[in-house]
Amino acid sequence: MSGANSGLTEPAQHIVNGRQQVAAARPAVEIVDVVKRFGSGDSGVLALDHISLTVEHGEFLCIVGASGCGKSTLLNLVAGLDAPTSGTVGASGRVALMFQEAALLPWRTAIQNVELALKLRGVPKAERSERARELLALVRLDDFADKRPHELSGGMRQRVALARCLGQGADILLMDEPFGALDAITRDILHDEIERVASEQQLTVMFVTHNVREAARLGDRIVLLSSRPGRVVAQFDVPVPRPRRIESPDVSAIAAQVTISLREEVRRHAR
Amino acid sequence: MPAETSLQSGGSVTADDLARDLAGLDQLDFAQERRAPLAIRLWSALWPKLAAIGVAVLVWQIAYWLELKPSFVLPSPSAVGAELWEQLGTPELWRAVGSTMRRALLGFAVSLVIGGAIGIAVTRSRLLRTAIGSLITGLQTMPSIAWFPLAILLFKISEQAILFVVVLGAAPSIANGIIAGVDSVPPILRRVGITMGANTPQMYRDFVIPAAMPTMLTGLKQGWAFSWRSLMAGELLVIIPGTQSLGTRLQFAREFSDATGLIATMVVILVIGILVDSLVFGKLERTVLTRRGLRLDDKNPAEKLVVRRSLMAASVGR
Repeated sequence: MSGANSGLTEPAQHIVNGRQQVAAARPAVEIVDVVKRFGSGDSGVLALDHISLTVEHGEFLCIVGASGCGKSTLLNLVAGLDAPTSGTVGASGRVALMFQEAALLPWRTAIQNVELALKLRGVPKAERSERARELLALVRLDDFADKRPHELSGGMRQRVALARCLGQGADILLMDEPFGALDAITRDILHDEIERVASEQQLTVMFVTHNVREAARLGDRIVLLSSRPGRVVAQFDVPVPRPRRIESPDVSAIAAQVTISLREEVRRHAR
Repeated sequence: MPAETSLQSGGSVTADDLARDLAGLDQLDFAQERRAPLAIRLWSALWPKLAAIGVAVLVWQIAYWLELKPSFVLPSPSAVGAELWEQLGTPELWRAVGSTMRRALLGFAVSLVIGGAIGIAVTRSRLLRTAIGSLITGLQTMPSIAWFPLAILLFKISEQAILFVVVLGAAPSIANGIIAGVDSVPPILRRVGITMGANTPQMYRDFVIPAAMPTMLTGLKQGWAFSWRSLMAGELLVIIPGTQSLGTRLQFAREFSDATGLIATMVVILVIGILVDSLVFGKLERTVLTRRGLRLDDKNPAEKLVVRRSLMAASVGR
Protein backbone atom coordinates (compact mmCIF):
# COMPACT_ATOMS: atom_id res chain seq x y z
CA MET A 1 0.00 0.00 0.00
CA SER A 2 1.46 3.33 -0.95
CA GLY A 3 -0.50 5.35 1.59
CA ALA A 4 -2.77 8.25 0.91
CA ASN A 5 -1.81 8.59 -2.72
CA SER A 6 -3.04 5.22 -3.86
CA GLY A 7 -5.40 5.11 -6.77
CA LEU A 8 -6.76 8.62 -6.81
CA THR A 9 -4.47 10.58 -9.04
CA GLU A 10 -1.23 9.79 -10.66
CA PRO A 11 1.58 8.74 -8.36
CA ALA A 12 3.16 11.55 -6.47
CA GLN A 13 6.83 10.92 -7.10
CA HIS A 14 7.10 13.54 -9.81
CA ILE A 15 5.98 16.32 -7.54
CA VAL A 16 9.14 18.31 -7.12
CA ASN A 17 8.52 21.99 -7.04
CA GLY A 18 4.85 21.97 -6.19
CA ARG A 19 4.34 23.02 -9.76
CA GLN A 20 3.65 19.69 -11.32
CA GLN A 21 0.92 19.47 -13.91
CA VAL A 22 -1.56 16.65 -13.80
CA ALA A 23 -3.19 16.34 -17.20
CA ALA A 24 -6.88 16.17 -16.43
CA ALA A 25 -7.87 16.59 -12.78
CA ARG A 26 -7.73 19.91 -10.98
CA PRO A 27 -5.54 19.70 -7.89
CA ALA A 28 -7.31 19.56 -4.50
CA VAL A 29 -5.76 22.83 -3.39
CA GLU A 30 -4.16 25.39 -5.63
CA ILE A 31 -2.42 28.41 -4.14
CA VAL A 32 -1.10 30.76 -6.80
CA ASP A 33 1.23 33.64 -6.02
CA VAL A 34 -0.50 34.49 -2.77
CA VAL A 35 0.44 37.53 -0.74
CA LYS A 36 -1.12 38.20 2.63
CA ARG A 37 -0.47 41.43 4.42
CA PHE A 38 -2.03 42.39 7.76
CA GLY A 39 -2.53 46.08 8.31
CA SER A 40 -1.07 48.67 5.96
CA GLY A 41 1.86 51.01 5.61
CA ASP A 42 4.82 50.80 7.99
CA SER A 43 2.88 49.09 10.74
CA GLY A 44 1.66 46.41 8.33
CA VAL A 45 3.01 42.88 8.55
CA LEU A 46 3.77 40.82 5.50
CA ALA A 47 2.71 37.31 6.55
CA LEU A 48 2.88 35.45 3.26
CA ASP A 49 5.09 36.55 0.38
CA HIS A 50 4.26 35.17 -3.07
CA ILE A 51 3.47 31.64 -2.06
CA SER A 52 2.56 29.08 -4.68
CA LEU A 53 1.60 25.56 -3.69
CA THR A 54 -0.37 22.74 -5.23
CA VAL A 55 -1.79 19.85 -3.24
CA GLU A 56 -2.97 16.83 -5.18
CA HIS A 57 -6.08 14.82 -4.33
CA GLY A 58 -5.26 12.29 -1.66
CA GLU A 59 -1.90 13.85 -0.89
CA PHE A 60 -0.71 14.27 2.69
CA LEU A 61 1.21 17.54 2.72
CA CYS A 62 3.05 18.69 5.82
CA ILE A 63 3.95 22.34 6.25
CA VAL A 64 6.89 23.03 8.54
CA GLY A 65 8.33 26.31 9.67
CA ALA A 66 9.61 28.23 12.66
CA SER A 67 7.30 30.62 14.43
CA GLY A 68 6.05 33.55 12.42
CA CYS A 69 6.05 31.73 9.11
CA GLY A 70 2.35 32.27 8.53
CA LYS A 71 1.42 28.57 8.63
CA SER A 72 -1.90 29.23 10.29
CA THR A 73 -2.58 32.20 8.02
CA LEU A 74 -2.11 29.93 5.03
CA LEU A 75 -4.64 27.41 6.37
CA ASN A 76 -7.13 30.19 7.12
CA LEU A 77 -6.87 31.32 3.50
CA VAL A 78 -7.52 27.82 2.20
CA ALA A 79 -10.44 27.44 4.61
CA GLY A 80 -11.92 30.69 3.35
CA LEU A 81 -11.79 32.27 6.82
CA ASP A 82 -9.67 35.06 5.40
CA ALA A 83 -8.94 36.48 1.94
CA PRO A 84 -5.48 36.92 0.37
CA THR A 85 -4.19 40.42 -0.29
CA SER A 86 -3.30 39.27 -3.80
CA GLY A 87 -3.10 35.99 -5.66
CA THR A 88 -5.66 33.20 -5.73
CA VAL A 89 -6.52 30.31 -3.46
CA GLY A 90 -8.63 27.52 -4.82
CA ALA A 91 -9.89 24.36 -3.17
CA SER A 92 -11.80 21.75 -5.12
CA GLY A 93 -13.65 19.94 -2.41
CA ARG A 94 -15.15 20.50 1.01
CA VAL A 95 -12.70 21.92 3.50
CA ALA A 96 -12.64 21.30 7.25
CA LEU A 97 -10.27 22.66 9.87
CA MET A 98 -8.77 21.01 12.93
CA PHE A 99 -6.98 23.11 15.53
CA GLN A 100 -4.63 22.42 18.39
CA GLU A 101 -7.67 22.58 20.62
CA ALA A 102 -10.39 20.20 19.57
CA ALA A 103 -12.84 23.15 19.80
CA LEU A 104 -15.77 20.84 20.43
CA LEU A 105 -18.96 22.40 21.73
CA PRO A 106 -18.77 21.62 25.45
CA TRP A 107 -22.55 21.49 25.93
CA ARG A 108 -22.96 18.72 23.38
CA THR A 109 -22.00 15.08 23.75
CA ALA A 110 -19.47 13.54 21.38
CA ILE A 111 -22.20 12.24 19.08
CA GLN A 112 -24.17 15.50 19.21
CA ASN A 113 -21.05 17.38 18.14
CA VAL A 114 -20.80 15.18 15.06
CA GLU A 115 -24.55 15.45 14.48
CA LEU A 116 -24.33 19.24 14.37
CA ALA A 117 -21.86 19.04 11.48
CA LEU A 118 -24.28 16.75 9.66
CA LYS A 119 -27.20 19.07 10.40
CA LEU A 120 -25.44 22.19 9.11
CA ARG A 121 -24.57 20.25 5.98
CA GLY A 122 -28.24 19.50 5.44
CA VAL A 123 -28.35 15.81 6.31
CA PRO A 124 -31.96 14.90 7.16
CA LYS A 125 -32.69 14.50 10.85
CA ALA A 126 -33.63 10.83 10.60
CA GLU A 127 -30.21 9.89 9.24
CA ARG A 128 -28.04 12.00 11.50
CA SER A 129 -27.81 9.80 14.55
CA GLU A 130 -26.86 6.70 12.61
CA ARG A 131 -24.33 8.49 10.41
CA ALA A 132 -22.77 10.20 13.43
CA ARG A 133 -22.41 6.85 15.16
CA GLU A 134 -20.71 5.42 12.08
CA LEU A 135 -18.25 8.31 12.05
CA LEU A 136 -17.49 7.85 15.73
CA ALA A 137 -16.97 4.15 15.09
CA LEU A 138 -14.51 5.12 12.37
CA VAL A 139 -12.35 6.89 14.96
CA ARG A 140 -13.19 4.05 17.40
CA LEU A 141 -15.05 6.17 19.86
CA ASP A 142 -18.52 4.68 19.49
CA ASP A 143 -18.36 3.53 23.12
CA PHE A 144 -17.94 7.12 24.20
CA ALA A 145 -20.67 8.62 22.02
CA ASP A 146 -22.69 9.97 24.93
CA LYS A 147 -19.79 11.50 26.84
CA ARG A 148 -19.28 15.22 26.92
CA PRO A 149 -15.96 16.75 25.81
CA HIS A 150 -14.79 17.51 29.35
CA GLU A 151 -15.08 13.82 30.20
CA LEU A 152 -12.76 12.84 27.35
CA SER A 153 -8.98 13.05 27.15
CA GLY A 154 -7.23 15.45 24.76
CA GLY A 155 -6.54 12.67 22.28
CA MET A 156 -10.13 11.46 22.35
CA ARG A 157 -11.37 14.98 21.78
CA GLN A 158 -9.15 15.34 18.73
CA ARG A 159 -10.62 12.11 17.36
CA VAL A 160 -14.14 13.47 17.91
CA ALA A 161 -13.01 16.63 16.08
CA LEU A 162 -11.76 14.41 13.25
CA ALA A 163 -15.10 12.61 13.11
CA ARG A 164 -16.80 16.01 13.05
CA CYS A 165 -14.64 17.11 10.11
CA LEU A 166 -15.70 13.98 8.28
CA GLY A 167 -19.28 14.80 9.25
CA GLN A 168 -18.83 18.10 7.43
CA GLY A 169 -18.22 15.97 4.39
CA ALA A 170 -14.64 17.16 4.18
CA ASP A 171 -12.37 15.78 1.54
CA ILE A 172 -9.72 18.36 2.30
CA LEU A 173 -8.58 18.38 5.89
CA LEU A 174 -6.62 21.35 7.18
CA MET A 175 -4.85 20.54 10.42
CA ASP A 176 -3.21 23.28 12.47
CA GLU A 177 -0.81 21.55 14.88
CA PRO A 178 -3.59 19.21 15.92
CA PHE A 179 -1.42 17.00 18.13
CA GLY A 180 0.75 19.77 19.58
CA ALA A 181 -0.81 19.62 23.03
CA LEU A 182 -0.87 15.83 23.39
CA ASP A 183 1.53 13.64 25.33
CA ALA A 184 4.06 11.60 23.35
CA ILE A 185 2.39 8.19 23.46
CA THR A 186 -1.01 9.59 22.52
CA ARG A 187 0.53 11.54 19.68
CA ASP A 188 2.33 8.44 18.43
CA ILE A 189 -0.89 6.43 18.35
CA LEU A 190 -2.82 9.27 16.74
CA HIS A 191 -0.21 9.42 13.97
CA ASP A 192 -1.12 5.85 13.11
CA GLU A 193 -4.79 6.75 13.39
CA ILE A 194 -4.73 9.83 11.14
CA GLU A 195 -2.65 7.95 8.58
CA ARG A 196 -5.23 5.16 8.53
CA VAL A 197 -8.28 7.45 8.37
CA ALA A 198 -6.76 9.71 5.71
CA SER A 199 -5.99 6.78 3.48
CA GLU A 200 -9.31 4.99 4.07
CA GLN A 201 -11.32 8.16 3.46
CA GLN A 202 -9.02 9.27 0.62
CA LEU A 203 -8.54 12.66 2.27
CA THR A 204 -6.30 15.42 1.07
CA VAL A 205 -4.47 16.73 4.12
CA MET A 206 -2.60 19.95 4.76
CA PHE A 207 -0.92 19.41 8.09
CA VAL A 208 0.86 22.29 9.80
CA THR A 209 3.42 21.44 12.45
CA HIS A 210 6.65 22.73 13.93
CA ASN A 211 7.66 19.15 14.70
CA VAL A 212 9.93 18.00 11.87
CA ARG A 213 9.79 14.33 12.86
CA GLU A 214 6.02 14.44 12.88
CA ALA A 215 6.11 15.90 9.38
CA ALA A 216 8.45 13.17 8.14
CA ARG A 217 6.32 10.52 9.85
CA LEU A 218 3.10 11.68 8.20
CA GLY A 219 3.75 13.58 4.99
CA ASP A 220 3.99 12.44 1.40
CA ARG A 221 5.72 15.75 0.96
CA ILE A 222 7.09 18.40 3.31
CA VAL A 223 7.03 22.09 2.53
CA LEU A 224 9.41 24.28 4.49
CA LEU A 225 8.27 27.86 4.98
CA SER A 226 10.55 30.74 5.93
CA SER A 227 9.63 33.16 8.69
CA ARG A 228 8.66 36.82 8.39
CA PRO A 229 7.62 36.84 5.64
CA GLY A 230 6.46 33.32 4.89
CA ARG A 231 7.95 31.96 1.69
CA VAL A 232 8.37 28.46 0.38
CA VAL A 233 12.05 27.71 1.04
CA ALA A 234 12.29 24.07 0.13
CA GLN A 235 10.22 20.98 -0.49
CA PHE A 236 11.05 17.40 0.38
CA ASP A 237 9.46 14.22 -0.89
CA VAL A 238 9.10 11.49 1.66
CA PRO A 239 9.41 8.24 -0.30
CA VAL A 240 9.03 6.04 2.77
CA PRO A 241 6.42 3.29 2.39
CA ARG A 242 3.40 3.29 4.69
CA PRO A 243 2.53 2.42 7.35
CA ARG A 244 5.53 4.15 8.86
CA ARG A 245 7.10 4.31 12.29
CA ILE A 246 8.32 7.61 13.65
CA GLU A 247 11.52 5.93 14.91
CA SER A 248 12.36 4.24 11.62
CA PRO A 249 15.77 5.19 10.12
CA ASP A 250 14.17 6.32 6.85
CA VAL A 251 11.88 8.76 8.63
CA SER A 252 14.74 9.95 10.83
CA ALA A 253 16.99 10.53 7.81
CA ILE A 254 14.42 12.78 6.16
CA ALA A 255 13.71 14.57 9.43
CA ALA A 256 17.44 15.25 9.78
CA GLN A 257 17.59 16.67 6.29
CA VAL A 258 14.60 18.97 6.91
CA THR A 259 16.02 20.03 10.27
CA ILE A 260 19.25 21.21 8.63
CA SER A 261 17.31 23.45 6.25
CA LEU A 262 15.08 24.68 9.03
CA ARG A 263 18.09 25.55 11.18
CA GLU A 264 19.67 27.44 8.30
CA GLU A 265 16.44 29.34 7.89
CA VAL A 266 16.25 30.19 11.59
CA ARG A 267 19.93 31.23 11.63
CA ARG A 268 19.27 33.76 8.89
CA HIS A 269 17.29 35.78 11.42
CA ALA A 270 20.21 36.09 13.84
CA ARG A 271 21.76 39.51 14.13
CA MET B 1 7.86 -9.57 25.19
CA PRO B 2 5.95 -10.28 22.02
CA ALA B 3 4.72 -6.71 21.61
CA GLU B 4 8.22 -5.48 20.91
CA THR B 5 8.64 -7.44 17.73
CA SER B 6 6.03 -5.39 15.95
CA LEU B 7 7.62 -2.11 16.99
CA GLN B 8 11.11 -2.84 15.65
CA SER B 9 12.26 -0.50 12.97
CA GLY B 10 11.05 -1.48 9.59
CA GLY B 11 8.21 -3.46 11.13
CA SER B 12 4.82 -1.89 11.58
CA VAL B 13 1.80 -1.80 13.78
CA THR B 14 -1.07 -3.84 12.41
CA ALA B 15 -4.59 -2.47 12.33
CA ASP B 16 -5.44 -4.81 15.18
CA ASP B 17 -2.59 -3.54 17.31
CA LEU B 18 -3.65 0.03 16.64
CA ALA B 19 -7.22 -0.68 17.67
CA ARG B 20 -5.99 -2.23 20.91
CA ASP B 21 -3.54 0.63 21.57
CA LEU B 22 -6.35 3.12 21.19
CA ALA B 23 -8.77 1.15 23.33
CA GLY B 24 -6.15 0.80 26.06
CA LEU B 25 -5.27 4.46 25.96
CA ASP B 26 -8.92 5.44 26.12
CA GLN B 27 -9.50 3.30 29.19
CA LEU B 28 -6.45 4.82 30.89
CA ASP B 29 -7.51 8.33 30.00
CA PHE B 30 -11.16 8.00 30.75
CA ALA B 31 -12.07 9.10 34.23
CA GLN B 32 -14.50 6.73 35.87
CA GLU B 33 -17.31 8.58 37.54
CA ARG B 34 -18.12 7.30 40.99
CA ARG B 35 -21.05 8.88 42.76
CA ALA B 36 -22.11 8.45 46.34
CA PRO B 37 -25.66 7.15 46.98
CA LEU B 38 -28.44 9.75 46.70
CA ALA B 39 -29.29 9.77 50.41
CA ILE B 40 -25.69 10.53 51.38
CA ARG B 41 -25.38 13.26 48.76
CA LEU B 42 -28.64 14.88 49.90
CA TRP B 43 -27.64 14.73 53.55
CA SER B 44 -24.18 16.15 52.93
CA ALA B 45 -25.77 19.06 51.04
CA LEU B 46 -28.47 19.60 53.65
CA TRP B 47 -26.87 19.43 57.08
CA PRO B 48 -24.67 22.54 56.77
CA LYS B 49 -27.74 24.56 55.81
CA LEU B 50 -29.78 23.18 58.70
CA ALA B 51 -26.92 23.86 61.09
CA ALA B 52 -26.67 27.48 59.89
CA ILE B 53 -30.40 28.02 60.42
CA GLY B 54 -30.10 26.40 63.83
CA VAL B 55 -27.32 28.79 64.86
CA ALA B 56 -29.30 31.83 63.67
CA VAL B 57 -32.41 30.76 65.60
CA LEU B 58 -30.29 30.06 68.66
CA VAL B 59 -28.81 33.58 68.60
CA TRP B 60 -32.33 34.99 68.28
CA GLN B 61 -33.55 32.82 71.16
CA ILE B 62 -30.65 33.95 73.38
CA ALA B 63 -31.44 37.59 72.55
CA TYR B 64 -35.04 36.89 73.56
CA TRP B 65 -34.00 35.23 76.84
CA LEU B 66 -31.73 38.13 77.69
CA GLU B 67 -34.71 40.45 77.09
CA LEU B 68 -32.62 42.88 75.05
CA LYS B 69 -35.91 44.27 73.78
CA PRO B 70 -39.42 43.95 75.16
CA SER B 71 -41.10 40.78 73.92
CA PHE B 72 -43.81 42.66 71.97
CA VAL B 73 -41.03 44.14 69.83
CA LEU B 74 -38.76 41.10 69.67
CA PRO B 75 -40.91 37.98 70.01
CA SER B 76 -39.47 34.51 70.54
CA PRO B 77 -38.71 32.20 67.59
CA SER B 78 -41.39 29.81 68.80
CA ALA B 79 -44.04 32.55 68.88
CA VAL B 80 -43.14 33.57 65.31
CA GLY B 81 -43.16 29.90 64.29
CA ALA B 82 -46.63 29.43 65.74
CA GLU B 83 -47.87 32.64 64.05
CA LEU B 84 -46.40 31.54 60.75
CA TRP B 85 -48.01 28.13 61.04
CA GLU B 86 -51.36 29.74 61.73
CA GLN B 87 -51.00 32.18 58.83
CA LEU B 88 -50.15 29.36 56.47
CA GLY B 89 -53.65 28.02 57.13
CA THR B 90 -55.37 31.29 56.16
CA PRO B 91 -56.36 32.23 52.58
CA GLU B 92 -55.18 35.84 53.14
CA LEU B 93 -51.52 34.89 53.22
CA TRP B 94 -51.82 32.82 50.08
CA ARG B 95 -53.73 35.58 48.31
CA ALA B 96 -50.95 38.02 49.25
CA VAL B 97 -48.26 35.58 48.09
CA GLY B 98 -50.20 35.06 44.88
CA SER B 99 -50.49 38.74 44.00
CA THR B 100 -46.85 39.42 44.90
CA MET B 101 -45.65 36.48 42.82
CA ARG B 102 -47.83 37.59 39.91
CA ARG B 103 -46.19 41.03 40.00
CA ALA B 104 -42.76 39.46 40.33
CA LEU B 105 -43.25 37.15 37.38
CA LEU B 106 -44.77 39.86 35.20
CA GLY B 107 -41.96 42.25 36.13
CA PHE B 108 -39.31 39.64 35.44
CA ALA B 109 -40.90 38.67 32.13
CA VAL B 110 -41.07 42.29 30.95
CA SER B 111 -37.47 42.82 32.11
CA LEU B 112 -36.43 39.74 30.20
CA VAL B 113 -37.95 41.03 26.97
CA ILE B 114 -36.64 44.59 27.33
CA GLY B 115 -33.26 43.66 28.82
CA GLY B 116 -32.88 40.88 26.28
CA ALA B 117 -33.64 43.15 23.34
CA ILE B 118 -31.24 45.83 24.57
CA GLY B 119 -28.54 43.26 25.32
CA ILE B 120 -28.76 41.68 21.89
CA ALA B 121 -28.86 45.07 20.17
CA VAL B 122 -25.70 46.18 21.99
CA THR B 123 -23.80 43.01 21.05
CA ARG B 124 -24.75 43.57 17.41
CA SER B 125 -23.77 47.23 17.13
CA ARG B 126 -20.48 48.84 17.99
CA LEU B 127 -22.09 52.27 17.96
CA LEU B 128 -24.80 51.24 20.40
CA ARG B 129 -22.19 49.70 22.67
CA THR B 130 -20.21 52.92 22.81
CA ALA B 131 -23.40 54.92 23.32
CA ILE B 132 -25.16 52.99 26.07
CA GLY B 133 -22.80 50.22 27.25
CA SER B 134 -21.63 52.06 30.34
CA LEU B 135 -25.06 53.60 30.89
CA ILE B 136 -26.46 50.09 31.42
CA THR B 137 -23.89 49.38 34.11
CA GLY B 138 -24.66 52.79 35.63
CA LEU B 139 -28.38 51.99 35.80
CA GLN B 140 -27.51 48.74 37.55
CA THR B 141 -25.90 50.62 40.44
CA MET B 142 -28.86 53.01 40.83
CA PRO B 143 -30.83 52.03 43.96
CA SER B 144 -34.28 51.13 42.73
CA ILE B 145 -35.98 52.87 45.61
CA ALA B 146 -34.70 56.17 44.20
CA TRP B 147 -36.96 55.64 41.18
CA PHE B 148 -40.18 55.48 43.20
CA PRO B 149 -40.92 59.18 43.65
CA LEU B 150 -40.68 59.64 39.88
CA ALA B 151 -42.66 56.45 39.25
CA ILE B 152 -45.47 57.65 41.52
CA LEU B 153 -45.54 61.04 39.79
CA LEU B 154 -45.65 59.35 36.39
CA PHE B 155 -48.07 56.52 37.10
CA LYS B 156 -49.76 57.54 40.38
CA ILE B 157 -50.36 54.83 42.97
CA SER B 158 -50.81 51.98 40.53
CA GLU B 159 -49.55 48.60 39.37
CA GLN B 160 -47.69 50.36 36.55
CA ALA B 161 -45.63 52.35 39.04
CA ILE B 162 -44.45 49.13 40.67
CA LEU B 163 -43.84 47.42 37.34
CA PHE B 164 -41.87 50.43 36.08
CA VAL B 165 -39.43 50.25 38.98
CA VAL B 166 -39.15 46.47 38.95
CA VAL B 167 -38.22 46.53 35.26
CA LEU B 168 -35.72 49.36 35.77
CA GLY B 169 -34.15 47.27 38.51
CA ALA B 170 -33.94 43.98 36.63
CA ALA B 171 -33.52 44.82 32.93
CA PRO B 172 -29.98 46.31 33.15
CA SER B 173 -28.66 43.17 34.88
CA ILE B 174 -30.24 40.95 32.26
CA ALA B 175 -28.90 43.10 29.42
CA ASN B 176 -25.45 43.16 30.99
CA GLY B 177 -25.50 39.37 31.41
CA ILE B 178 -26.29 38.92 27.73
CA ILE B 179 -23.59 41.36 26.63
CA ALA B 180 -20.96 39.76 28.87
CA GLY B 181 -22.11 36.30 27.78
CA VAL B 182 -21.82 36.98 24.07
CA ASP B 183 -18.44 38.68 24.62
CA SER B 184 -17.21 35.58 26.42
CA VAL B 185 -17.85 33.21 23.50
CA PRO B 186 -14.44 31.80 22.50
CA PRO B 187 -13.55 33.07 18.98
CA ILE B 188 -12.50 29.55 17.98
CA LEU B 189 -16.11 28.36 18.32
CA ARG B 190 -17.23 31.05 15.89
CA ARG B 191 -14.53 29.94 13.47
CA VAL B 192 -15.76 26.37 13.80
CA GLY B 193 -19.27 27.63 13.06
CA ILE B 194 -18.10 29.46 9.94
CA THR B 195 -16.17 26.46 8.58
CA MET B 196 -19.22 24.30 9.25
CA GLY B 197 -21.21 26.67 7.07
CA ALA B 198 -23.57 28.05 9.71
CA ASN B 199 -25.68 31.03 8.67
CA THR B 200 -26.44 33.85 11.12
CA PRO B 201 -29.51 32.29 12.83
CA GLN B 202 -27.71 28.94 13.07
CA MET B 203 -24.64 30.67 14.43
CA TYR B 204 -26.71 32.16 17.24
CA ARG B 205 -28.78 29.07 17.93
CA ASP B 206 -26.06 26.45 17.84
CA PHE B 207 -22.92 28.35 18.85
CA VAL B 208 -23.26 31.80 20.40
CA ILE B 209 -26.26 31.40 22.71
CA PRO B 210 -25.29 28.04 24.21
CA ALA B 211 -21.70 29.20 24.64
CA ALA B 212 -22.87 32.40 26.31
CA MET B 213 -25.39 30.59 28.51
CA PRO B 214 -23.41 30.31 31.78
CA THR B 215 -22.72 34.06 31.88
CA MET B 216 -26.23 34.94 30.71
CA LEU B 217 -27.69 32.84 33.52
CA THR B 218 -25.69 34.82 36.05
CA GLY B 219 -27.29 37.96 34.63
CA LEU B 220 -30.78 36.43 34.84
CA LYS B 221 -30.20 35.40 38.42
CA GLN B 222 -29.00 38.85 39.35
CA GLY B 223 -31.95 40.34 37.47
CA TRP B 224 -34.31 38.24 39.53
CA ALA B 225 -32.69 39.33 42.78
CA PHE B 226 -32.96 42.99 41.76
CA SER B 227 -36.59 42.65 40.67
CA TRP B 228 -37.52 40.90 43.93
CA ARG B 229 -35.90 43.65 45.99
CA SER B 230 -37.46 46.44 43.92
CA LEU B 231 -40.81 44.75 44.22
CA MET B 232 -40.67 44.60 48.01
CA ALA B 233 -39.69 48.27 48.17
CA GLY B 234 -42.52 49.04 45.77
CA GLU B 235 -45.12 47.15 47.74
CA LEU B 236 -44.18 49.09 50.87
CA LEU B 237 -44.32 52.48 49.14
CA VAL B 238 -47.08 52.01 46.60
CA ILE B 239 -49.99 50.62 48.56
CA ILE B 240 -52.92 50.24 46.23
CA PRO B 241 -56.18 50.26 48.23
CA GLY B 242 -58.00 46.95 48.23
CA THR B 243 -55.05 44.78 47.15
CA GLN B 244 -53.27 42.39 49.45
CA SER B 245 -49.59 41.66 48.99
CA LEU B 246 -46.62 40.66 51.10
CA GLY B 247 -45.53 44.30 51.19
CA THR B 248 -48.91 45.53 52.49
CA ARG B 249 -48.87 42.81 55.15
CA LEU B 250 -45.52 44.09 56.38
CA GLN B 251 -46.82 47.64 56.40
CA PHE B 252 -50.03 46.77 58.26
CA ALA B 253 -48.16 44.60 60.78
CA ARG B 254 -45.91 47.57 61.56
CA GLU B 255 -48.87 49.94 61.89
CA PHE B 256 -50.51 47.55 64.38
CA SER B 257 -47.17 46.96 66.16
CA ASP B 258 -47.62 43.26 65.43
CA ALA B 259 -43.95 42.23 65.55
CA THR B 260 -44.77 38.52 65.47
CA GLY B 261 -46.82 38.83 62.28
CA LEU B 262 -44.22 41.13 60.76
CA ILE B 263 -41.37 38.70 61.29
CA ALA B 264 -43.53 35.81 60.08
CA THR B 265 -44.12 37.70 56.81
CA MET B 266 -40.41 38.44 56.52
CA VAL B 267 -39.71 34.73 56.85
CA VAL B 268 -42.14 34.09 54.00
CA ILE B 269 -40.35 36.68 51.80
CA LEU B 270 -36.96 35.19 52.61
CA VAL B 271 -38.11 31.65 51.92
CA ILE B 272 -39.62 32.60 48.54
CA GLY B 273 -36.37 34.33 47.59
CA ILE B 274 -34.31 31.29 48.55
CA LEU B 275 -36.66 28.85 46.84
CA VAL B 276 -36.66 30.72 43.53
CA ASP B 277 -32.92 31.19 43.69
CA SER B 278 -32.05 27.59 44.46
CA LEU B 279 -34.84 25.70 42.74
CA VAL B 280 -35.12 27.72 39.54
CA PHE B 281 -31.79 29.43 38.97
CA GLY B 282 -29.65 27.09 41.04
CA LYS B 283 -30.96 24.10 39.14
CA LEU B 284 -30.54 25.78 35.75
CA GLU B 285 -27.03 26.83 36.64
CA ARG B 286 -26.07 23.37 37.87
CA THR B 287 -27.38 21.76 34.70
CA VAL B 288 -25.59 24.24 32.44
CA LEU B 289 -22.29 24.11 34.31
CA THR B 290 -22.23 20.35 34.84
CA ARG B 291 -22.87 19.73 31.16
CA ARG B 292 -19.93 21.90 30.25
CA GLY B 293 -17.65 20.37 32.85
CA LEU B 294 -17.27 23.71 34.61
CA ARG B 295 -18.12 22.44 38.09
CA LEU B 296 -14.97 21.22 39.74
CA ASP B 297 -16.20 20.94 43.31
CA ASP B 298 -18.11 17.68 43.04
CA LYS B 299 -15.61 15.86 40.87
CA ASN B 300 -13.49 12.99 42.09
CA PRO B 301 -9.70 13.42 41.88
CA ALA B 302 -9.33 11.45 38.65
CA GLU B 303 -11.82 13.64 36.88
CA LYS B 304 -10.25 16.77 38.29
CA LEU B 305 -6.98 15.60 36.81
CA VAL B 306 -8.54 15.23 33.37
CA VAL B 307 -10.08 18.68 33.62
CA ARG B 308 -6.77 20.12 34.75
CA ARG B 309 -4.96 18.43 31.90
CA SER B 310 -7.42 19.84 29.42
CA LEU B 311 -7.05 23.30 30.91
CA MET B 312 -3.29 22.97 30.60
CA ALA B 313 -3.66 21.82 27.03
CA ALA B 314 -5.85 24.80 26.30
CA SER B 315 -3.41 27.21 27.88
CA VAL B 316 -0.53 25.71 25.92
CA GLY B 317 -2.59 26.29 22.81
CA ARG B 318 -2.80 30.01 23.40
